[in-house]
Amino acid sequence: MLLSRVLEEKLGSLYRAGGRIVGGVYLGKGQEAFSAALGVQLRKGKDIYGPLIRDQAGRIAFGEPIIDTVRTYLGAVTGPMRGRDGNIHRGRPKEGHMAMISHLGSLLSVVAGGLFARRLAGTLADSIGATSIGDGGTSTGAFHEGLNMAAVEKLPIIVSIANNQYAYSTPNTRQYACENLVDRAAGYGIEGVTVDATDLASCLKAFRAATARARAGGGPQMIVGTLLRLAGHGEHDDASYIPDTKRQGPSARDCLQVAEDFARDRGWMSSADLRELNEEVRRNVDQTVSKVSKEPAPDPFKENWQALSCAELVEGQHEA
Amino acid sequence: MSITYLEAIREAQYEALREDPSVFLYGQDIATFGGAFKATKNLSKEFPNRVFDAPISEDAMVGMAIGAAVEGARPIIEMQFADFSSIGFNQIVNQAATLFWRTNVPCPITIRLPSGGTAGSGPFHSQSMEAIYAHYPGLVIVTPATVEDAYWMLLDSVKLNDPVIFCEHKFLYYHLKADQIGDRELPIGKARIARPGRHATIVTYSAMVHEALRAAEELQLDGYQIEVVDLRSVKPMDTDTILASVARTGRLLALGEAFPWGGVTAEIIARVTTDGFHLLDAPPMRLNSKDTPIPYHPNLWKSHRPTTSTIAAALRRLLRN
Repeated sequence: MLLSRVLEEKLGSLYRAGGRIVGGVYLGKGQEAFSAALGVQLRKGKDIYGPLIRDQAGRIAFGEPIIDTVRTYLGAVTGPMRGRDGNIHRGRPKEGHMAMISHLGSLLSVVAGGLFARRLAGTLADSIGATSIGDGGTSTGAFHEGLNMAAVEKLPIIVSIANNQYAYSTPNTRQYACENLVDRAAGYGIEGVTVDATDLASCLKAFRAATARARAGGGPQMIVGTLLRLAGHGEHDDASYIPDTKRQGPSARDCLQVAEDFARDRGWMSSADLRELNEEVRRNVDQTVSKVSKEPAPDPFKENWQALSCAELVEGQHEA
Repeated sequence: MSITYLEAIREAQYEALREDPSVFLYGQDIATFGGAFKATKNLSKEFPNRVFDAPISEDAMVGMAIGAAVEGARPIIEMQFADFSSIGFNQIVNQAATLFWRTNVPCPITIRLPSGGTAGSGPFHSQSMEAIYAHYPGLVIVTPATVEDAYWMLLDSVKLNDPVIFCEHKFLYYHLKADQIGDRELPIGKARIARPGRHATIVTYSAMVHEALRAAEELQLDGYQIEVVDLRSVKPMDTDTILASVARTGRLLALGEAFPWGGVTAEIIARVTTDGFHLLDAPPMRLNSKDTPIPYHPNLWKSHRPTTSTIAAALRRLLRN
């Protein structure tokens, strides 16, 4: 959570400074607890994870090195996306980390498909899949089709819904008309729970239980986390549409602060420990950014410009 | 003993399932029922737990195939009608087509589209979608016109490490028969000279190959020898074979059943005029369907699409120029 927050703050400042980051920066501030609590339940190399926009914390918890994040934001050829795609649109599918596209809800069926293939091949064992979405993304047809199919196929998939109150600027009153998104779980014939997503301990408990149910053959599990996005949709957005009443409400608690207080109150960490941890994390982030900054940018003359893996089927350029 | 185009598609799927345990079939009504057109008849019996009925969710069907392919499977997705693939469009063009480019992980999926018009099918069970998909980088679009190609190109598609849109023509399902499935002659990406000639070239694909051949027969009575090029795959498009044919004949008619705006016939004309303008003795021509939705009543439908007589009339105009 802390590493995610510090890394994203660095990406935000690089964005505001201009020049280094082309394109946008999309932060998960306020969602780290909910995201990481899922990520830590997953085992890289065994489970399939389809994270979304605000899952930097979950990706770290799953095992993505932060250098993949930085390289993708800076478009470095050394990164997993090699300058061909950027920012949050990254992954290593062969390691079970699916690379999201921008079309919300469309990763759900892809993660389900990976599980389906494993079941056919007899290699599913106790592996599970997990994917994230926000309140806005639940309005898409792809989300419905994917979740319904996963339920019909009884696949072990966790669907984590961060109800962060806003889809870009649109409040969730314009997104759905049921009382609580979790009410939909019954309609799909799957289990669903809600959790206070500002509270790491609650999130950990909920995701631990849900992943255990899925691993034990309980089928899809929906977890709806209530929180408030503590940033704009992207760093270009000042989120001025969020009224003060919301900003001062219970959903606006900073999950990182809550988690730190929790650890301090229990005597697990002192303020000095937290300061030291903070400094160590900052050094790690700064060193990573500095390393990646020296790496080569993609060269259009070295790019092969081939969208097919079968090179013999790539057409020549038919230009005048 | 003969085999239809439809049976060839079933046989190819049988063979794909038999050859490779990573192949599975997912589509609406394809298991016990055997598919709306019976293209998967008995396959669920012959391959238990390899052929699945899908919910009516074209988006999720394609998404699941992509996820399965990442895990090493080679799924074949049956769209009940090509027209409904529009619901899966996003997964096809944004997820499947970009996967290899973005992540270096190939996406070996085959999506079967029962395509094209048959009498009485109307606006939403008659469409030809090849041009839409060909527009997007990262997809291979095949359009078999013969029983052999239906069989071999489907088998080849499943083996290909890229997403393939397999446009099989419903009009050919029962009408087109062969004594047997011959040997594999050409790989995906190579066009075929369906009929040699020297006065004009028709470049076409799928069911229109047969209309073109009939029109060529008609012109033969007037002493004209019309060459017919069957593209076989519209992407990649075998420009060399097209240009070589136009070099022989000097005249080009690009023919397709799809809607006229843009599309495969426009691409053919664009390639020939940019790369082979000097080969042309007359302005090239195009013949497509009319620019309206596809009509229901047979009287209207027959006039909406190119037919032997409209193709023959177009050829006569082309030869007069």
